[in-house]
Amino acid sequence: MNKKKNIPAGKRLLELAQNNTVPIMFIIICAIFIPMAGFTPSYLMNEIVTRMGRNLFLVLCLLFPIMAGMGLNFAMTLGAMGAEIAIILVADWQIWGIPGVVLAMILSIPFSAFLGFICGTLQNMAKGREMITSYIINFFINGWYMLVVLYIMGSIIPILHPSIMLPRGYGIRNTVSLLNMRQCLDDLLAIRIMGVKIPVLTFILVGLLCLFIVWFRRTKLGQDMRAVGQDMEVAKAAGINVDRTRIISVVMSTVFAGFGMVIYLQNMGNLPTYSGHAQIGMFCIAALLVGGASVEKAGIGNAFLGVILFHMMFIVAPGAGAFITGDSMVGEYFRVFLSYGVITVALIMYEAKKRMAKSQTGRELAEAQVKKEDA
Amino acid sequence: MSEKKDYNYNSPSKFNDEMKTIPPARRITELEKAQMTPLQAMVASFGLPRMIIAGFLLLLLILAPFVGVDLPTQITNIINRFSWNAVLVLAMVPMIHAGCGLNFGLPLAIICGLLGGTLSIQLGFTGAMSFVMAAVIATPFAVILGGGYGLLLNRIKGGEMMIATYVGFSVMSFFCMMWLLLPYSSPTMVYGLSGNGLRPTISLDGFYNQVLARFLEIDFAKIAAALHIGLGPLERIRIPTGSLIAFAVLAFLMWAFLHTKTGTAMTAVGSNPTFARAAGINVDRVRMLSVIMSTWLGAMGILMYQQGFGFMQLYNSPNNLTMPTVAAILIGGASVNKASIPNVIIGTILFQGIVTMTPTVMNSAIHIDMSEVIRIIVSNGMVLYALTRKTEGAK
Repeated sequence: MNKKKNIPAGKRLLELAQNNTVPIMFIIICAIFIPMAGFTPSYLMNEIVTRMGRNLFLVLCLLFPIMAGMGLNFAMTLGAMGAEIAIILVADWQIWGIPGVVLAMILSIPFSAFLGFICGTLQNMAKGREMITSYIINFFINGWYMLVVLYIMGSIIPILHPSIMLPRGYGIRNTVSLLNMRQCLDDLLAIRIMGVKIPVLTFILVGLLCLFIVWFRRTKLGQDMRAVGQDMEVAKAAGINVDRTRIISVVMSTVFAGFGMVIYLQNMGNLPTYSGHAQIGMFCIAALLVGGASVEKAGIGNAFLGVILFHMMFIVAPGAGAFITGDSMVGEYFRVFLSYGVITVALIMYEAKKRMAKSQTGRELAEAQVKKEDA
Repeated sequence: MSEKKDYNYNSPSKFNDEMKTIPPARRITELEKAQMTPLQAMVASFGLPRMIIAGFLLLLLILAPFVGVDLPTQITNIINRFSWNAVLVLAMVPMIHAGCGLNFGLPLAIICGLLGGTLSIQLGFTGAMSFVMAAVIATPFAVILGGGYGLLLNRIKGGEMMIATYVGFSVMSFFCMMWLLLPYSSPTMVYGLSGNGLRPTISLDGFYNQVLARFLEIDFAKIAAALHIGLGPLERIRIPTGSLIAFAVLAFLMWAFLHTKTGTAMTAVGSNPTFARAAGINVDRVRMLSVIMSTWLGAMGILMYQQGFGFMQLYNSPNNLTMPTVAAILIGGASVNKASIPNVIIGTILFQGIVTMTPTVMNSAIHIDMSEVIRIIVSNGMVLYALTRKTEGAK
């Protein structure tokens, strides 16, 4: 602590900038793009608040696997798939409004938990490459999801309402309208401040999840998770069931992702059956990383800052692209490029750091050895 | 972690740390072999998923005539598709050999090939010459971009696959912008109305469409006509000899390379980097070489694919080839750190066989087209199987 105080303010500022390169870069990008895009401030505020309500819950559920040292959970998409199956069933039973949302959330738990369990087990079989495994699991389960939704629903699982079914008699349509459920959570208790609609209830739910995360970190299980994240060998020696703890963290992540997806879908007002979940994982991960998180360390603050910055960039990029090149497609591609780029840079930084730490330990050991031999 | 902590903490070598992460690849001992039934032994040597996939393909081939599918046409299709994809699959080999894992960064290599193809057309080459020029122009791009990619992968040993995936994505989305912004002007490639920006799909008619496939092509219909005999359904078989020869040449070169001194060094690096370093091999240089080779082969692979397919696809399409290619070599029996030329050939035939056969057979048999779903499950399931195998040495 004392050491830190002696460092001059300028140097400390530099260090702060070095540790937060990505958020600062995004703040600069947004600052340049906003005037180019030419949106009114109230429109921008409205969009940002809506998108915060829509995405925050999903981004927050990424924190659990990071806590357990399993890196970025690309398989949070599994939770989204579980929620989509639940929503399809609820829409078929014509249960709308708040009861529909609540029922969908409850119904999504078994699906998400089951898929999360599979994912956690497979990741335990591939320790050291959890991320790429979760990334592939996501595509693999997507195949099974398509099998269920496209062929089994309507032929084996009864679907009562023809309006959500494909004309051929089985399988679900490409989009399922959730018009009767649209923004029911957001509109309840919503308040308007200077023309900006604030979905208070959604934010309360997000707040509850944040409180849960803060509380969870202090529980025995949360501590175990962090111990596993620090060093699996040490945690094992301390009597923690490593595999079980890791599975729990993934299951929690997918279950909360399921809730998040229900919130997301009720805000959107329709369900793109086969593409709804495809980009969720990537955008949430990119948002978290933009907020200054890294593969092994992420907090609630990162999630909030990340969602704001990332979605700000997302809103203004096409307009800015059109302003610079006269082609709005360039802006579209640019924002996709930025999201991929951020994830790439974060992953590279993480791996490079891991290697550096490793070689440092090696050097220290070598020095200790030399000293011992000298003595 | 099931491993025992038997490594020596006091060892001065920092590589000792790496060594503990590499469990020795488990080989089936002679004793175990003797105790197995013939069927078990076959499964053990061939791998269960590959048996299932091969069995499935065999079933499809047997079923085909019964449900009214024309088998000769299907076989022609399989051979054709093999000739399109084989070189792309071959591109996986060097990186697996050098221990860089599966090359999920294939889009990067494909971009090099696309740059070669588009520039060749832009410079006004036509016919077979456009193919040669495309290959020539793609080469420096492959060397430069592959070199940079190799440098990057050397800095992040252990996390190659995840980063490769996202490097591929990043480069692809960067080039999405470039296809719109670069000053291409050839009227066959740019959007008709605005006159700038490349089209998502470019027809290769008049350029290198089928240049290799038509070279020395064996067409049974023509043979039958020349000999004045009827060969029946066999007349529908056409073999793209030129493409197959091109693949055979590249595969032979690959095989020969793996038996040179450098090639052996590459294998050593892949199976045990610590040992390789102790033997005086420059690990980073060998890995870099493998990445450049993989990138170049990928670039050639996409040109081969295009000449068979007849179209050049830009923007997000490079991404669509990654999973099928990775899955193909794994189905062929390769693992995360081991691959051979037979793996490439068997894997491509099995995977492309399933891709071509499932839609037609299933459509005629039960009138439900589940091929897309089956393709997704098979290809990703295969990758997942390879990643979660505990006996694997690679990290």
